Order: sequence, then structure tokens, then C-alpha cells
Amino acid sequence: MSATPSTQIISIDRGNEAPAVTSVQIDASCRAPVLLLFISAAAWLLIGSLLGIIASLKFHSPNILASCPLLTYGRVHPAAWNALIYGFAIQAGLGVGLWVLSHLGRAKLAMAPLIVIGAILWNLGMTIGTYGILYGDSTGFEWLEMPRYASGILFFAYLAIGLAAIVTLHLRRERELYISQWLLLAAIFWLPWIYSTAQLLLVFKPVRGVMQAIIDWWYINNLTTIWLGFTGLAATFYFIPKIINRPLYSHYIGIFIFWTLAIFGSWGGIPTGSPLPTWIPALSSVGAALTIVPVLAVAFNVHKTFVGNYSKLSSSMPLKFIAFGALAYVLSGLVGVLASIVQVSEVINFTWFTPAQTQFVVYGFFAMTMFGAIYYIVPRLLQADISSAGVRWHFWLALIGVLIYVVSLGVGGVEQGTVLNNPKATADFMGVTNSTLPFLRASTTGDLFIALGHLVFLLNLVGVLVRVSRASFSTAMVANRRAEVRA
Amino acid sequence: MNLGPLVFLGTFFALATSWLGFVLVPQLQLCRQQPVEIDATGQLYPSDPSGIAKQGEEVYRANGCYYCHSQQVRPKGFGSDVERGWGGRGGKVQSVAQDYLYARPVMFGSQRIGPDLTNIGLRKPDAAWQLKHLYDPQSVTPKSVMPPYRYLFEKRKLKLGQKPSEEALQVANVPAGYEIVPKEEAKTLVAYLMNLHSDAILFETPPPTNAVAAASSTNAPAAGGSTNNPPAATNGPSTNVPAK
Ligand code: HEC
Repeated sequence: MSATPSTQIISIDRGNEAPAVTSVQIDASCRAPVLLLFISAAAWLLIGSLLGIIASLKFHSPNILASCPLLTYGRVHPAAWNALIYGFAIQAGLGVGLWVLSHLGRAKLAMAPLIVIGAILWNLGMTIGTYGILYGDSTGFEWLEMPRYASGILFFAYLAIGLAAIVTLHLRRERELYISQWLLLAAIFWLPWIYSTAQLLLVFKPVRGVMQAIIDWWYINNLTTIWLGFTGLAATFYFIPKIINRPLYSHYIGIFIFWTLAIFGSWGGIPTGSPLPTWIPALSSVGAALTIVPVLAVAFNVHKTFVGNYSKLSSSMPLKFIAFGALAYVLSGLVGVLASIVQVSEVINFTWFTPAQTQFVVYGFFAMTMFGAIYYIVPRLLQADISSAGVRWHFWLALIGVLIYVVSLGVGGVEQGTVLNNPKATADFMGVTNSTLPFLRASTTGDLFIALGHLVFLLNLVGVLVRVSRASFSTAMVANRRAEVRA
Repeated sequence: MNLGPLVFLGTFFALATSWLGFVLVPQLQLCRQQPVEIDATGQLYPSDPSGIAKQGEEVYRANGCYYCHSQQVRPKGFGSDVERGWGGRGGKVQSVAQDYLYARPVMFGSQRIGPDLTNIGLRKPDAAWQLKHLYDPQSVTPKSVMPPYRYLFEKRKLKLGQKPSEEALQVANVPAGYEIVPKEEAKTLVAYLMNLHSDAILFETPPPTNAVAAASSTNAPAAGGSTNNPPAATNGPSTNVPAK
């Protein structure tokens, strides 16, 4: 390995040395599979937020849609969450990852038909799985609710797409590895490992007792910290330097982040006070606390890359999304470290604080980063612009929505925990519930903003697609007519 | 140099440490767990729940009750679950791993939008109340935000002159000539709720008052082969001594 930071790959991408494969050719190879992943991701996002609003409305009036078993809180809530994680996040992450891998490797996307089949299968699995949850077939494990007849399909669909990603990486022409490739490679491998472990030990051949809960926590934490974290950061480290046209401040800090996150990050997630042998939650909080190291390193590296160029934020919408994502990564990471302190977790345990924190990571960081990346990639895939007003609307709706949601539930969670832990003041449990209701209801407003943003997102993507296909249709017609006239 | 395989192997080992730590090792430690014999009663704890309670567990899972209810009493000094009266062991001691041996799936829950249900079977051992609460929570707890589970009940038309059956719910707003009766699912769910209790005094949960004397009289290990002294509150299951 040579010592030159491979960050330069990004800046010379515009063709100083004539590459064997041009960016345009790479984009052409990515077009069908990546667009398919993006459009499906956007569709699930919208479905998920509609289900989420139904769940949220139950706190305004529990009698809403109460006689329909499919739409009871305990089913729509997980269905909404699964749509966000598996429908949107994983598909968007894979789409962005494939595009980034092929561009960094300067090689065409390999096995595009396999990816298309994988994406179709994935969406089939998602559809079946969502129905499964709504019909009451949930496995009972958070984040793994989709029943076994769906999870099997998802697993093989993922393997197909993952295989294509690995082959693309393997066939790269630019041998030097950039940090984003490290991150993507690790993420791509890690999901099948954790998913199959969890499915095997929880669903297919269940282990006994509290072991189930440990595995579920381990899975959730690894999916969030490692899969979403690595995939999201791969995009952060690729697109920010690319858009501001300046190499990443330090490749080595990037590698440092990679290792520290892989070593500490995968241990978090098991709450203090759980009915487990004490060493397990204790070890877990140590892991969670140590993630402060990679989190600060991300902040440093991103800031140093930006310094002097923050003004570029105003000229690029994708950059706005991704920079917000990076900010959310750092803030939510710090909150996560805070939450690993016993005195804090005593208050926020079992409250709305946890979903707020998770949403901050999944939405504030990951989804926003993906939106930015998608808005960067799609115009290149289609050689056409996305309506800039549409993108701006999406940005502000998503930003305001996620802030309302996270702040109201975060504060509400602290309030709830404080009241919960003070039985002298509120002996009656209804007092605890009531203390959170104003916050819960405020969060619905956040949900509405977010959902509107998703509608705009889907329209933006479909809009540009329709425009492009109309245009190519009419050019084809013109060519046809010319041919007829000549004949 | 091609770093790909190296990165892959390194990552694999780094990530696999958490798999070892949180999947393999705890499983090796916890898989030895067995029901223990409670000295006072001579019964095994926990006992395998009856078929009907098991079916109720499925209903509880299918309807996602655990998104609002936890089933886990936290230790004294960490939160105030015990002070809220959610504990089962004389209301004094937290849940331990042993309590969940037969739970399938284990539904600790992550939220307390509603109260903890670990010991609801001890707290509200009244099936009629439970059914009524499920049918219309607000009828028994005004302003409750728990959703009603009316779809677990059936509205049956009464024949002319027929009296409502014994299991008919005593709720308001039932139109004349009709009765509301629980479906099988509601009945099994209530059986499950009534069976929720973790009250056995265990090795790792010695009674809080005059601990040593009481502990040795209530939970001496059945087989008598242990050299462990009763540890303090939150200890692991390795200290449990299996029944003969
Ligand atoms: C949207 C959240 C929510 C869901 C879902 C939910 N509950 Fe509740 N539950 C509550 C709240 C809030 C209370 C406290 C007010 C009351 O008693 O109704 C409660 C109270 C209870 C109580 C009484 C506890 C006590 O200590 O008095 C029981 C029993 C109960 N729920 C069982 C269930 C079962 C069984 C299910 C699933 C079929 C379920 N709940 C689903 C929110 C929920």
C-alpha cells in the first residue's frame, strides 16, 4: 500500500488521466438497479410515515380505528418502523453504496440484473412481511418483527445485492481503497451475519429466556451503529469532499474512525438494570461510552474538511442534507454516550427518550444523508435535473419535522422518566402518562412534516423519471417519423 | 497491494468480538439455567405455563402489547419500580433472568406508556376486570390512552327472552337484545395476564429483611451442592442451583 492518501481519487475523478471507463458509462450501468432501489425506498418511506401517523394518532384518541385489528397500535407501530428501516434505509443505503463503490473503483456496476432481481425480491419480502405484522404474525422481537416467511426472502435478496457489491469492488480498476470502500465493505458483510444469527437463534431455533432479549439488543445495536453508521459515514466521507471539491481532511482519521467504531460500537445497546447477569449491561455501557472517540473524530474530520468552505452549503442542496446528517451523527452520538451513564439511563430507561434518540440517528443522520446522496446521484443517472424547488421543500420539511419530533419526544422522555421515578409525587400511573401527552401530541406535528417531506421526495423522483422518459419517448417518436418520411 | 481481504478479515474479527461477547458467552452461561425447587412449597420455579396461558402469550405478542408495557421490574435504587408496587417478591425485589425461563418470546418491552405487567397476575387477579378493561379501558380507567381491544370480543344477538350468558361483559352502551362476550383470544389473553407473576424467593433475590436467616430458610439450594453464598441483589443465574 502506498502512503498517498487515496482521497485524491475523488478529486481527479474528472478525467486528468483518461480512465478506461468514463463516469457516464458507470452511471449508465448503475441506472436501472440503483433507480429501482431509490424509488422503492422512497415508496416505503411514504408508506412507513403514513402508518406512523396512524400509530401516533392513537395518542390523540385511542378510539381511532380501534375496531380494526390490522391497525391496532401494537401492529401499525412496528409496521411503520420496519418500513422505515428495511423498506427505506437498507434499500437507499444499498443503492447509494453500489453507486459509490462503482465510482470509487472506476468500474461499471457488476451483475446489474442480479441486483434488479434482488431488489424485486426485497420488496416482495417487505410487502409480505408488512402484511405479516399487520395480521398479527409478528415474531415479538423489536426490529425483527417480520415473520420468518418474509425474513427468509429478505435474507436471500440481500445476499444477491451484496454479492454484486462485492464483485463490483473486486473488479475495480482503481486499486487504492478509499475509506468509504472500507466502510461499505464492512457494512455489506456484517448485516447477513447479524441477521442470520438473530433469525436463527430467535425465530427458527429459539434460545431460552433472557438470551433472546440479549440477542435482540445486540442485533438492534449492530444494525444501527454498524450498518447504518458505516453506510451513512461512507456517504458522508465521499460526498462532502466531492461536492466541496477538496480532499477529505485525513484519510487516517477515517481509518481510525472505522476501527474504533467497529471495536467499540458493536457492544452498546443493552440497558442498565436489565434482568441479566450484571456484567452484560456493564460491558455494554462501557462500549457505548467509548464510542465518544469515533464520534468526536468524525466531527473533527468533517469540520476540517469543510473549514473555509462552509459557504458552499448555500449553493448545494445535496450538501445541505449531508452536512445536516453529519451534524446529527455527532449530536446523536454524544447523546448516546450521555445515555450510557447510569444516572442518565435511570431516568430515560423505558421512556420516549429512546425512540427520540433512535429517530435522531436513523432519520436525522442516516435518512438525511441518504436524501442528499440520492439528490446528487439521480440527476447524474438520468442526465436531467430534479426540480430545485422540490428539493428545497423536501429539505425544510424534513429538517423541521425531525427537529420537532426529536426535541419534543426527547424532552418528553426526560419528563416522563422523572415523573415515573417519583412515585410519591404521582402515585397514580395515569399521572405519568398524562405528563407525556403534550409532548406526544407535539411529535405528531413532526410526523406530519416528515410525511409531507416524503411525499415531496417521491414526487421529485417520479417527476424527473417521467420527464426523462417522456423526453426520450418523443425523441424516439421523432426519429421514427423521420425514418418513415425517408421511407 | 490489495487491501480488500485484509480489511475484510480485520473487520470480521473486530465485529465478531461482540458476537462472542454477547451471543456465545452469555449463551454458555445462561443455557445451564433450570427451574429451581422452591423450598417453602416444593414446587419448581418457574413452572411451565399451562396451554391456555401459552396461547394468551401469542395473543399478547400478536397485538403488540409490549410496545406499551414492560415486563421487567428494575432493581431497587435504579428507578422506583419497587416503590410503585410493581415487584412481586413481597414488592421488594427486581426481576431476574430466572423469571423468564419459559417466556417465548421474552417481551421485556422498551416503553412504559402503560404500567409494568411483570406481576399483573398478582396485582389484579380479577378476570372480569381484565376483560372489561380490554374491551374498553376508559370504562375502568377514565382517560386511559390504552387502545380498546373490541375486536377480541363478539357482539351476539340474544334470542327473544334469552338471558345474557354468564360470560357476558357488564359494560354500558350495549344495545338492547345484544350481549358482548369474549372471543377465545380474549379469554386466553386474560389467562396469560393472570398467570404473570414473578414472586418466588430465589437464591439471587434474598428477601430484604433479615436476609441471611430468611434466605437460608426459604431458598436453600435443592441439591445442596452449592458452595456459593447468597449473593447481593442483581447477580447472575450461574448461582442458581438446578433442581434434582
Ligand atoms: C398505546 C399503548 C398501550 C397498548 C398498546 C396497550 N396498553 Fe395496556 N395500558 C396502557 C395504559 C396507558 C394503561 C394505564 C391506564 C389503564 O389502566 O388503562 C394500561 C393499563 C393496562 C393494564 C392495567 C395495569 C394496571 O396495573 O392496572 C393491563 C392489564 C393492560 N394494560 C394490558 C394490556 C394488554 C393485554 C395489551 C395488549 C392487548 C395492552 N395493555 C396494550 C397502554 C397500552
